[in-house]
Amino acid sequence: MSFITGVGLTSYGKHEGSSSLDLMSQAAELAIADAGLKRAEIDGILCGYSTVSPHIMLATVFAEHFGIRPSYAHAVQVGGATGLAMTMLAHHLVDVGVAKHVLVVGGENRLTGQSRDASILALAQVGHPDYEVPLGPTIPAYYGLVASRYMHEYGVTQEDLAEFAVLMRRHALTHPGAQFHEAITVADVMKSKPVALPLKLLDCCPVSDGGAAFVVSRERTGDIGVRVRGCAQAHTHQHVTAAPNLSELGAEIAIAKAKAASGVAISDVRYAAVYDSFTITLAMLLEDLGLAGRGEAAARVRAGYFNADGAMPLNTHGGLLSYGHCGVGGAMAHLVETHLQMTGRAGNRQVRDASIALLHGDGGVLSSHVSMFLERVR
Amino acid sequence: MSGRQAALADWTKGEPAIVYQSCRACGGLQYFRRGFCAVCGSAELAEHRASGEGTIYATSLVLRAATPETRAHVPYNIVLVDTSEGFRMMAHGDHDLAIGDKVTARFERFTGRLIPYFSKSK
Repeated sequence: MSFITGVGLTSYGKHEGSSSLDLMSQAAELAIADAGLKRAEIDGILCGYSTVSPHIMLATVFAEHFGIRPSYAHAVQVGGATGLAMTMLAHHLVDVGVAKHVLVVGGENRLTGQSRDASILALAQVGHPDYEVPLGPTIPAYYGLVASRYMHEYGVTQEDLAEFAVLMRRHALTHPGAQFHEAITVADVMKSKPVALPLKLLDCCPVSDGGAAFVVSRERTGDIGVRVRGCAQAHTHQHVTAAPNLSELGAEIAIAKAKAASGVAISDVRYAAVYDSFTITLAMLLEDLGLAGRGEAAARVRAGYFNADGAMPLNTHGGLLSYGHCGVGGAMAHLVETHLQMTGRAGNRQVRDASIALLHGDGGVLSSHVSMFLERVR
Repeated sequence: MSGRQAALADWTKGEPAIVYQSCRACGGLQYFRRGFCAVCGSAELAEHRASGEGTIYATSLVLRAATPETRAHVPYNIVLVDTSEGFRMMAHGDHDLAIGDKVTARFERFTGRLIPYFSKSK
């Protein structure tokens, strides 16, 4: 048994002068206070990585900086899936008694700490060094390839994809911490600068500074418990050249295993937090997870299905696309928002019922997947 | 039959060739060169030059590149090709290529290196 007992999130965007450690510390402070704990009670630390400040031992660098001497600590690296992979590990660690309170933390000054080119270049290195990187691909190009194929097989259009950018922006408008505060339309997405076709600038998440953290504990510390009901991973490849065909990607494997591990069905889910590095990522994952039929996710967006007041509220903070993406912390914001929704603390964004939530993270080029179900217990 | 044949040079080594490996034990094919078969683990691999014929699986025209060297080439079309031999590879190609097009490889210079480049088969 494990509970998410506290969450912390900074605003995303520019944090001029803040280091990765500063942003991690800010988020960690918030999460520990939210759990009603003291620093000394944290006996485990899991952290992600920082492309701005790479280090072979980031967890202990952070622990020393923050002032904790944990009995368990190390970093985890699975790209965009890191946040949920750390949560899954923390769940198992507290469940078997290795630690009582594991702090999961990610943060990076990815926007102001390096040039945007440096960021794009660092990320493109997830490609194969001999057979892909010499061809000059970027992360948007890897996903652009996937998008072209998905659109071809399922009849999805660029206008369909644009709907997801518009939805995430609409949600971000209701969150003061989001990087973007201007409404956009499908037409705005369509005429935004081409990056790696079919993906255009507004199909892509931004580069951000920010930090996110949560505490995973063996016992709940508040009146309302947010319990990890079950989770699972799948890793089918690293490089897009070696990816299986669309029908065999890891999201479907991970969700099937998570459903089996938790006994939860998609029809039980009341809130969804799904990785959205690009519009195509969100469209594909929603359909892979069973939150929409093949090629039908965009129609569900248009019908309001994923709105905060819709049947399946989705990424109500604005997601990576509009809340922002600071690396490991990026998708951790999805879990923070889910926790606020499940505990009735989402303010003007509060949904009617978030009693059971589905979270899904994706790292690499649809390479690493983590699916997780959270359940509210009173 | 045993022993490994000498590695065939390919475009990643500056030679105008596409090379892949096949497993003598299980028949598996692989494009990323290794000393063993990634399907069954056997070290009994044969290396082959590919014909350069294939079918377009996916495309993405890059207009925003990340380095001065690659920016000099924009726009360039990155393609995934399902080769007639049965493995998938990444390359560049003509801008008008569509998924399903039958294509043939040649070799072009990109950032000073030789890379595979596909056009519609004649």
